[in-house]
Amino acid sequence: MKVINEMNMSFESRSANESFARAAVSAFLVQLDPTIGELADIKTAVSEAVTNCIVHAYQNKIGIIYINMRIFDNGRICVKIRDKGCGIENIQQAMEPLYTTGGEERAGLGFAVMQSFMDRVKVTSRPEKGTTVIMEKNIIRRGAVNDF
Amino acid sequence: MNKLYEDGVLTVYLSGEIDHHCAAGIREETDLQIKQLHPSILKLNFQNVKFMDSSGIGLIIGRYRAMRLIGGELYIESVPKHLKRIIALSGISSLGIVTLNSK
Repeated sequence: MKVINEMNMSFESRSANESFARAAVSAFLVQLDPTIGELADIKTAVSEAVTNCIVHAYQNKIGIIYINMRIFDNGRICVKIRDKGCGIENIQQAMEPLYTTGGEERAGLGFAVMQSFMDRVKVTSRPEKGTTVIMEKNIIRRGAVNDF
Repeated sequence: MNKLYEDGVLTVYLSGEIDHHCAAGIREETDLQIKQLHPSILKLNFQNVKFMDSSGIGLIIGRYRAMRLIGGELYIESVPKHLKRIIALSGISSLGIVTLNSK
């Protein structure tokens, strides 16, 4: 599996940048000619991860969110979303559906959405150091063997 | 955000992208209307929503609670195909308040 393209971006943890992050990620993916459904899945997962950085990691302050995205020659994409925020004490608990520390208006579904919409989700975190979410998904390459 | 109030029914027409950034504004405006009008039914119309993440689910659950508090009901209507997956994942379909877009 070889990386055929890669991008890096960083931006401030302002909520206005949630839509920017989604748009930038989907603009980078256009070269793969993904289906509308695939693109929507990735945009939603990225939106959840970025929102977590803003709502939880950098709660009450502005920090930097880093996104790295790689496209592999077999059509697999890997997106890494990293922050240097407060970190997660108990990752397993944080990933449980409906668990939230975000108050009444948060559904507690962020990680559940990421796991359901992507093929693979890996979370590493250290309290006071930050959190990294790595998500992978296979994009069916149309125009190749899967053109139907 | 367009809204229509008729015979105790408040319909809020949502549009564009619903994420954490814009959910707060929608919440405040909707709650203000609920407080002022005391509708017996609140309908959230998703026909023109292009994108929604779990912030939209939080928004729906919050308004469900707000309506229950005043003895009213909440309905989610005209949910487009591309939002079905997140709605299904959230489990709110089991509350019996969701109508999908017939188109």
